[in-house]
Amino acid sequence: MYRYDEFDQDFVHARVAEFSDQVQRRLAGEITEDQFRPLRLMNGVYLQLHAYMLRIAVPYGTLNSRQLRMLGHIARKYDKGYGHFTTRQNIQFNWPALSDIPAILADLASVEMHAIQTSGNCIRNVTADHFAGAAADEVADPRPYAEILRQWSSVHPEFSFLPRKFKIAVTGAERDRAAIQTHDIGLHLKKNAAGELGFAVYVGGGQGRTPMVAKKIRDFLPEADLLSYCTAILRVYNLYGRRDNKYKARIKILVHETGVEEITRQIEAEWQELKDAELKLPEADIQAINAYFAPPALTARPEGDALVKQARLDSKSFSEWLDQNVVTHRHPDYAAVTISLKGIGEVPGDATDSQMEAVADIAEKYAFDELRVSHEQNLILPHVARADLKAVYDALVEIGLATANSNLISDIISCPGLDYCALATARSIPIAQEISQRFASLERQREIGELKLKISGCINACGHHHVGHIGILGVEKKGSELYQVTLGGSADENTSVGEIIGRGFSSEEITDAIEQIVDTYLGLRLSPDERFIDAYRRVGPAPFKEALYAGETKAA
Amino acid sequence: MKVLTANRLSDGIAVWYADGGWAETVGHAEIAHDKAAEDRLEAIGAAAYANNEVVDVNLIDVEVVDGLVEPVRLREKIRAAGPTIRTDLGKQASLEATQAA
Repeated sequence: MYRYDEFDQDFVHARVAEFSDQVQRRLAGEITEDQFRPLRLMNGVYLQLHAYMLRIAVPYGTLNSRQLRMLGHIARKYDKGYGHFTTRQNIQFNWPALSDIPAILADLASVEMHAIQTSGNCIRNVTADHFAGAAADEVADPRPYAEILRQWSSVHPEFSFLPRKFKIAVTGAERDRAAIQTHDIGLHLKKNAAGELGFAVYVGGGQGRTPMVAKKIRDFLPEADLLSYCTAILRVYNLYGRRDNKYKARIKILVHETGVEEITRQIEAEWQELKDAELKLPEADIQAINAYFAPPALTARPEGDALVKQARLDSKSFSEWLDQNVVTHRHPDYAAVTISLKGIGEVPGDATDSQMEAVADIAEKYAFDELRVSHEQNLILPHVARADLKAVYDALVEIGLATANSNLISDIISCPGLDYCALATARSIPIAQEISQRFASLERQREIGELKLKISGCINACGHHHVGHIGILGVEKKGSELYQVTLGGSADENTSVGEIIGRGFSSEEITDAIEQIVDTYLGLRLSPDERFIDAYRRVGPAPFKEALYAGETKAA
Repeated sequence: MKVLTANRLSDGIAVWYADGGWAETVGHAEIAHDKAAEDRLEAIGAAAYANNEVVDVNLIDVEVVDGLVEPVRLREKIRAAGPTIRTDLGKQASLEATQAA
């Protein structure tokens, strides 16, 4: 994985020193909150309901064991023994004292981590497919390009005060696991007919109060033009994006209001001025970054087949975990493992200090020291020899992280909601927990099949509810929590925004409503192979409306 | 009925104005029963903000239940107690500990 060079290390140390000084001056009363607030946000420090919150960047979701161990250490020493992995592949701590944050940042810097640009109207952490470098269906590893974008966008003087925040995602496979069409810029790394690498470029996706699917503005951008083209997009946005209204300031609104054809023309015109200048990526530089992401030396481990076969016979629960949480690797003797942070009834995305340390140990012992955070709030071991899968499983069982529910209904994305967040209008986590408990039976979950359920506690949509096959949005209505249901969203290569199905449900009703939706689907699907999203696209909302609301219409 | 709440600058912990200072629990917060009292609390909040003791200062609606102040809105109830999904954390944790002792 990427290692800091001297410049990176100096840069991060300098930032720690600078922000530590700002914190000291704030605590001493030498600067006001109005002066300090933008500074703390640039360093990932929010103020939430109960305390400050620190959001730490995990670039493109990639971690090594040492880094994860440090996160565990921070959870234990400065926080309350746990952290929350987020949909930007980052981690948040919910209880740090402001006075401790300089020490936390110094600890992070010692393992090449920081909290820079995890907030503010700048280019945020670039996300990537969590199976990058491992996936069997990948054209090339997208992370070197995410790293190039990280270097380019870090304290970029022109793009540090954008109209609003800006999010970029990169995938290297046709099957989109990075939700690129919900991003300000989505990049799909691909090869052209000549076998050269480049990108399909999408702009103007986003969620929040105005969900939009990104529009493809270029089918193939040569890799050398990545930075010049992104600069052209950002320049057009920086110039024309609205600054008068926070809710209309994202690039999705600009793309929508300008029209795809016109904005493409503007971007292309800007790009003509830039494309042959200093932003053109030299092949040697791309190769240098690529070298950091060289895959581990995956030696042949052909004994895995027999071992897995025997272990399946010995243990039903291992077999189920294998079916659900283990995916094909580009090397036939290896696999990529999803460590579910969605134990039944647990808080989605939370991990304790000791779990983090234990997972770090597992990664060190069995997974070439490499880990990923997925945007679905799970952890990933991207390279595990099939021969070691049983040992990994046994180790995960010991720390309560072997739930075999990847991509099933209890693998819920949930924002922190009103239990922590100052912006939230309703709680998300207790709803996720109740649904997870209602569908606790793995047998039932497997019968239902792939189902992406996503919950947000306010219209900002941090819980990605718009693109859930089933989405739940919590709002406050007349002093109570009310949950609106959307159906038919998805965040893959066929991204769609879900449709509101009807009136909302109280916190007491919502789990029953979800169960009714699921039962309706089970009753109408053509076969167990027809996933919820496919069935919904075939039949539309009518049968679900009927199941949820028919009684009311008749009564009325 | 309103009380004055904020987050303490140094550690961000939620606090309520009571007895001429900032208390870590809402129960005995000073209640403003009329506009004049609200104005007085607001002035105290503004001064404490200016003096860098607290941030995010607000007046919130409350009621009195069994002699103790309770916020009206769910958001403020959760601030006053802690995450509903982690009753071992936040103010409610020390209440539990006190009751257990």
